[in-house]
Amino acid sequence: MRVTGYWRNISFLYRLAGWKCTHCGAFHHYKPVICRRCRSREFTQVELPGSGRLIAYTVIRSPPKEFERYAPYSIGLIELEDGTKILSQLTDFKEDELRDGIRVEAVFRKVRVNGEQGIIEYGYKFRPVLSRS
Amino acid sequence: MVGVYVAGVGFTKIAEHWDKDLEQLMAEAAVKALEDAGVSTVNAIYVGCALSEYLQCQANLGALMAECTGLVGVPAFRSEAAEASGAAALYSGFCDIASGRSEAVLVIGGEKLSDGLPEEVSSGMLMMSGRSWYEGFMGADFYAISALLYRLYSKRYGDEGIPFFPVISHEHAEGVAHAQYPFKITLDRVLESPFIAEPLRMLEVSGIGDGAAALVLVSEGLARRLKSPKIKIFISSATDYMNPFDREDPLRLQSVMLSVSKVLEQAGVSRGEVNMVELHDSVSILGALCLESGGFSPPGAAGKLAMKGEFGLNGRLPCNTFGGLKARGHPFGATAIYQVAEIYLQLTGRAGKNQLDKPRTGLAISLSGVGAAAFTSLLKIEEV
Repeated sequence: MRVTGYWRNISFLYRLAGWKCTHCGAFHHYKPVICRRCRSREFTQVELPGSGRLIAYTVIRSPPKEFERYAPYSIGLIELEDGTKILSQLTDFKEDELRDGIRVEAVFRKVRVNGEQGIIEYGYKFRPVLSRS
Repeated sequence: MVGVYVAGVGFTKIAEHWDKDLEQLMAEAAVKALEDAGVSTVNAIYVGCALSEYLQCQANLGALMAECTGLVGVPAFRSEAAEASGAAALYSGFCDIASGRSEAVLVIGGEKLSDGLPEEVSSGMLMMSGRSWYEGFMGADFYAISALLYRLYSKRYGDEGIPFFPVISHEHAEGVAHAQYPFKITLDRVLESPFIAEPLRMLEVSGIGDGAAALVLVSEGLARRLKSPKIKIFISSATDYMNPFDREDPLRLQSVMLSVSKVLEQAGVSRGEVNMVELHDSVSILGALCLESGGFSPPGAAGKLAMKGEFGLNGRLPCNTFGGLKARGHPFGATAIYQVAEIYLQLTGRAGKNQLDKPRTGLAISLSGVGAAAFTSLLKIEEV
């Protein structure tokens, strides 16, 4: 991804901010021209809840370019508290800690170094919520 | 609408062709197809390729291929629909003839993946399966998304028989001259192979190879005058959300469901009349989802039916009769053209040791990304 593309999407990548369709509730990462689900043109700015449940996860072992130094890394499919499903890297977990259905929360992390222009890119990742007794 | 016929096919072996450029591979397949059809020129050329800008630093493939096939002057274009780019070129070529504008077109699909390092090919696949600033940003590549689908599938239905799809494909590829991996593998070997993105194993995903395939399509008028065997062709396509988890049910590939139904309707054929299917088994789970979403297996049952032998060469519905994406090979932009060319060989009785017993109708499903688009081609024997 180009630096400009990263910069344009920072509000989503930093704070899970985006736009929800006023009619059908579909989430969009930026303010779209038209809703991808119901074709409505009305949107409300929202910040997605920073916690939810892990639906499923996997581990990437042969990574794409610019992710070589992070492999193996985990990708999770997460259902947030408002029902929105998002993809995220998982972090701060012990190997036996990942299980489908566990509660996870968003944290702010370095994601990668952009090879071509050399800037450091940050964004959200999710980690398991510590169980408190 | 003018009837459209396949009049000839040509393809290269799928391999790591270190000594040949993408344009050489595509020209080789194209000239073979023209010779097979017995035509010396065409009204237009349609080229399908997914990643030439990224891996070869090469664009403008239309004009380039007109030159490399000795057809300078003929209008030529390139279509891109990720792994289904060849099918997108075929769709355009089909419409050109069906509309009555052209009598004969050349459709070429090609891809040369060995020019890239493995992590570059992986990046290329990521560009095709997700958005660059979302899946691309976090490194959630094609295998990650497929692995998550596989998990959801296993939770809902169990994973019985899904790792058997590569076994079927390899069995059919054994001894096939153009296949990249022309040998058998056992289920145990699949299950013992290391994870690429769990639960997806190394031997459940297609390899990296180079290849090109080409077809000559002609109008029914020209088909009557040509000596080569002609097979009638139909093609349909549909799209879906890029990210499968934005879809109502990620385990139902709506693009497959729609494109299969539309092409069957177009051709006036029922599912029961389809004698063979070429599946998009770039990963085992997608092969199964193609069958289920296309209505050729009940949801959750494709793996069990595979274990029963239903998709073998002598089964109820032979699939991937020359090895499919897994064993014949999967050079992205060329794949759909290989699928169609293989059905053409089956329907014209030229399939050699893999010949099915007098098939009359075959269907190929070609996907882009994780079903963001599907193209379904149907070939059937029909007198001109």
